[in-house]
Parts: sequence; structure tokens; C-alpha cells
Amino acid sequence: MSGKASTKKGSHMRRVVVTGLGMVTPLACGVEETWTRILAGESGAAPIQRFDASALATTYACEIPYGDGTNGTFNPDEWMPAKERRKVDDFILYGVAAATQAVHDAGWTPEDEESLLRTGVMIGSGIGGLNSIAETALLIKEKGPRRVSPFFIPGALINLISGQVSIKFGFKGPNHAVVTACSTGAHAIGDAARLIQHGDADVMVAGGAESAISEIGIAGFNACKALSTKRPDAPEAASRPYDIDRDGFVMGEGSGVVVLEEYEHAKARGAKIYAEVLGYGLSGDAYHITAPSEDGEGGERSMRAALKNAGIEASAIDYINAHGTSTMADVIELGAVERLLGDAAGKATMSSTKSMTGHLLGAAGAIEAIFSILAIRDQVAPPTINLDNPAVETKIDLAPNKKVEREINVALSNSFGFGGTNASVLFGKVS
Amino acid sequence: MSDVAERVKKIVVEHLGVEEDKVTENASFIDDLGADSLDTVELVMAFEEEFGIEIPDDAAETIQTFGDAVKFISEAS
Repeated sequence: MSGKASTKKGSHMRRVVVTGLGMVTPLACGVEETWTRILAGESGAAPIQRFDASALATTYACEIPYGDGTNGTFNPDEWMPAKERRKVDDFILYGVAAATQAVHDAGWTPEDEESLLRTGVMIGSGIGGLNSIAETALLIKEKGPRRVSPFFIPGALINLISGQVSIKFGFKGPNHAVVTACSTGAHAIGDAARLIQHGDADVMVAGGAESAISEIGIAGFNACKALSTKRPDAPEAASRPYDIDRDGFVMGEGSGVVVLEEYEHAKARGAKIYAEVLGYGLSGDAYHITAPSEDGEGGERSMRAALKNAGIEASAIDYINAHGTSTMADVIELGAVERLLGDAAGKATMSSTKSMTGHLLGAAGAIEAIFSILAIRDQVAPPTINLDNPAVETKIDLAPNKKVEREINVALSNSFGFGGTNASVLFGKVS
Repeated sequence: MSDVAERVKKIVVEHLGVEEDKVTENASFIDDLGADSLDTVELVMAFEEEFGIEIPDDAAETIQTFGDAVKFISEAS
């Protein structure tokens, strides 16, 4: 399957493969640690620990499990010295942690100038240093503008994950950052793959990071009526995509980063190859600032563009990692996928891993791309947990509450963001 | 060591993440203690906060070493 697609592309375009993975999620720090918990159907949701959330409409979220680094906990000391951490917002810390994992996983820490010049970074964020901005505004009000830290701006800017990663590893190729709300991670991976295809780089470190679980972040999304509010007593049941009792998304935080590499470059150095980026599609809704178009035609166009880019038919798709946020929009995406798949709908499995991780906003598309890649590697579709009473009937298998072991050669990852921005990335097995 | 020197040293150690014995009289923040220009801005702000003084920009530029800082602060406070 992927061989056929690759032949079509190979004649005129460089192929792009995935050779490294890294993530920090509400389930665990680390790719395998997170994936094990995903396949077991665990939820990362709990009452908010980091600050007093009692005045907010939503009092629960999917927070990263901080700890000493054992048993999948996130130990910041492992990823950035305390002295440097003080100068950056958490989204940069998370992004650097995932990028470091991905680079080491890929075994790509070159020292020769040519390799460094041909390696770029494109790690984005939906909101960036939201909490730093809020805290600095309060500081100005309390103590005046002279007390603003010189590290406030470079610690809050979204492209400073890419900046920090390039400095850490010496990568001197394209240095860029995507900002497309909840589509950020998917757009970053897709755009980075294009840079490799077009010859701007041979290797790209790409993904997204977010840290918006703060009073201002939760209050802001509450005001948009986007968050679940009804399950303070059972947060683990709050993120329930496609279920009739869903009432909004549960905020997550963290980061996902992949190493993308030109196929011949990866082969020549004997790199481990997880999957190929077969295609990438983008579209805009031109409809509403927060809601998707009622029939999901924007998302559908994004998926069709990815298929066209890959040169494959919709019937080739085995697994779809849905955007599926546990909001009213779930069934809109589902309808668009049904139209896309047509008669092949009965053969596909589609799940929302946000049922377990919550919604990582700008990092969501990146961690979900990684789950799609691992679904191909391990031939298993992760479950949609808390799907007890489907809101609508569908022929598509939504993997309710249990992982589905099945053949997966082609996986599609969807991400849709505020502003009506859509991204779809297709991954394929490399045999 | 004076009380001022002790308090300045503590701030330097915390902000620059250096060993205490490296913070000597003539140690330059940038050349010896690994600070960049942003670190020195932050250090001066921390001195202002700790000692309740204001260090104007042109004076801040003359504070290059640990000894410079202790001297300036002792005279200002």
C-alpha cells in the first residue's frame, strides 16, 4: 500500500519518514509510558492540583504527573537546569523535553556543520506563555514596569521552543513555529514535512507544546463554553467523545515532538523508521471563530486534500485518530468522515485519544500524530474511553472503551482549531 | 564578609547557578560567572528588590564584578 503511494510520489518528490518520537502528556512523561496507559484505557483527568480552582466553573483537568522521573512521572530537572527553567514558561520546558526525547530516539545528534545546517526545528504552541503574561501583568500593577524580568518576553514567545531546541542541539536549518490553535501540532508536522520535500532541510524536529492549565486559561475557555463543567466528582469520566452525555472538553497540557527525515537520508544512516508521512491537507472553514461549519465540510476538504496529496483512495484508510474533543462538534467530524469513507466506513476504526489525555490544544495534533504512528507500528487502534451511549449511530468502529487489534497500514490524524483552521496528516507503514 | 556582601553573593549564586566559592571580589558576572547581558539586567533588578534601592541604568553599566556590586550597594543603602 505505502509502496504504491511512494512510487507515485517518488518520481518527483522527496519522501519523508518519521525516525524519532518524544512526548510529555497527562498520562506520563515518555512515549512508551504514555502509549502503554493509552492502550490500557487510562484517564489523565483529576481535580486541578496546581492552583486553587474553586472559583472556576471547571475544577478539573488533565495535568502532567510531576515527580522524580520514575514510573512515568515528569521530573523537570531531567530536561532543563533549574537556572534555565526560571527563565521560561512551562510550555517551553515541555517542548524542550519532548524534543530532547525525539532527537535521542532518532539517534540524531550530529556534530558536523553540514548536518547541522540541514536540520531544522518547527515546534509551535496554540497560546504560548499565557500564564507568564498574566503574572507579569499583575506584577506591573503591583510593583510597576521596572520590575518586569528581561526573560519575560523570550520566555513567553511561542517560537522560543524552536529557538531553545536549536540552541541546545546546534540545529541551524529552518527555524519556525506554527500557531493555529488546536491544529498547531498537526500543521507543524505537515509543514515540516513539506520543507523536507521541497529540499529546505533533510531533517526537521516538529511538533507542539501547551501549558494553559492556569486560572486565566481555564477561565478563558470556560467563557467560550468549551470546557466540561459537570463532573467535578468524576473527572475521569468527563472527557467522553461521541457519548450522549458529553458536555465539553477537558483541558490537557504537554507536548509531542517527532523527528522527520528524508527517506534516503534515514536509510543511509540506518535509522529506525516508524512510518512515512504519506500526505498532508489543510483547509479553512470561513465560517465562525470558535464553531466548525455545521456540516463539517471544512474538515472534509482537509482530509480530501491529504488523500490527494498522498495519491491514495479514502478506502485505504484503516485508522483515524479523530479530533473528537468531547464537544458537540464530535458528530460533525464523524459525519464528514462518513462522507469521506463512503462504503468503506464499515472497515475503518476511528477513536479519540482525547478521552484519555484531555485536549492538549497546540500539542494535541502532535501527540495524536504519534499515537497514529504507534497504531501503525503495533497494529492496534487505541480506545475511545467513556463511550457508553453513542450520541449517533455510525458504521465506523469508534473503539468504545477497548483497544482494537487490527491491520493498520494507513492512519489519518485530524486536528481542527478555533478560527476554522483544519489539518489532516496521513501516515503509512514502511515495509 | 559584610552583611551586604553575603546577601549579594546569595543572589548571584541563585540567579547564575554558580558555586559560592567562584563568587570572589574580582569575579566578573559575564566573563567569569557565565552571565549574559539579560542575566545582568535581572541581577541588578534583584539587587534593587533585596536592598530597596534604585540603580539607574548608567550606574548599572558600571557594575561588572561582585566587588562592584557590593561597593555600589553599600554606598547606596
